[in-house]
Amino acid sequence: MAKTVIVSCGTAIATSTVVAKAIEDACKASGISVNVKQCKAAELPAILKDGADLIVTTSQMRFDPGIPVIKGLAFLTGVGIDQVMAQILDVLKK
Amino acid sequence: MPVLDFLKQEAICVQVDSGSSEELIRLLGGKLYALGYVKDGFIEATLAREASMPTGLPLGGEFNAALPHVDIEFVNQSALALATLTQPVVFMNMVDDQEKVPVQLVIMLALDQPKSQIAMLQEVSRILQKPAIVSQLVAAETPAEVISILSSLSDAA
Repeated sequence: MAKTVIVSCGTAIATSTVVAKAIEDACKASGISVNVKQCKAAELPAILKDGADLIVTTSQMRFDPGIPVIKGLAFLTGVGIDQVMAQILDVLKK
Repeated sequence: MPVLDFLKQEAICVQVDSGSSEELIRLLGGKLYALGYVKDGFIEATLAREASMPTGLPLGGEFNAALPHVDIEFVNQSALALATLTQPVVFMNMVDDQEKVPVQLVIMLALDQPKSQIAMLQEVSRILQKPAIVSQLVAAETPAEVISILSSLSDAA
């Protein structure tokens, strides 16, 4: 079954768009079936009610969602991108 | 290149000597407003968003960047504005609003639709991932030079 990744940022228009696309492409390349949702940080609690396996965020997390959270700035800046991608694939392969 | 479709020379400010992130957001927001890309309230909304959800990005090199932006309701037509600074101005880190990031490149994003302009956003991200290009942009002495650096980038890619 496809895993669900929620990509959240401040406004769900800019940074999360870049991150969501990068995760979709990387998962495709690794043969992982994934469902990527994009939302504003403020919408996270509501979106989480539908269930998810991982949150990748480019804004500050202000609560504990109970599932893994990975900071996705690397998709914008390139700094530490290999480690972040490895962490994400690690969670999704479980 | 997609970035240049959205970045007009009139919306580029180089070698700005600014005291604060607020001053910069007012400067770039004012350019986008004068060009008709954004609505009344864009600047105040962008300032409010920057205060609650900052956009500073540590790039891991000599220079850091910030990408101030706000909800689509304040935007008429998607556009970018860009400023380079003679001295770093503090923005807070996008993922840690207690961490100060000294910024010398500011790219303001005005987007009129959610989840759109992906090619342009990816290109902005690719620029930020090239320290040599960021350095060239920060050193540029005219808006035309900024355009020329960005054009050569697309030729190389």
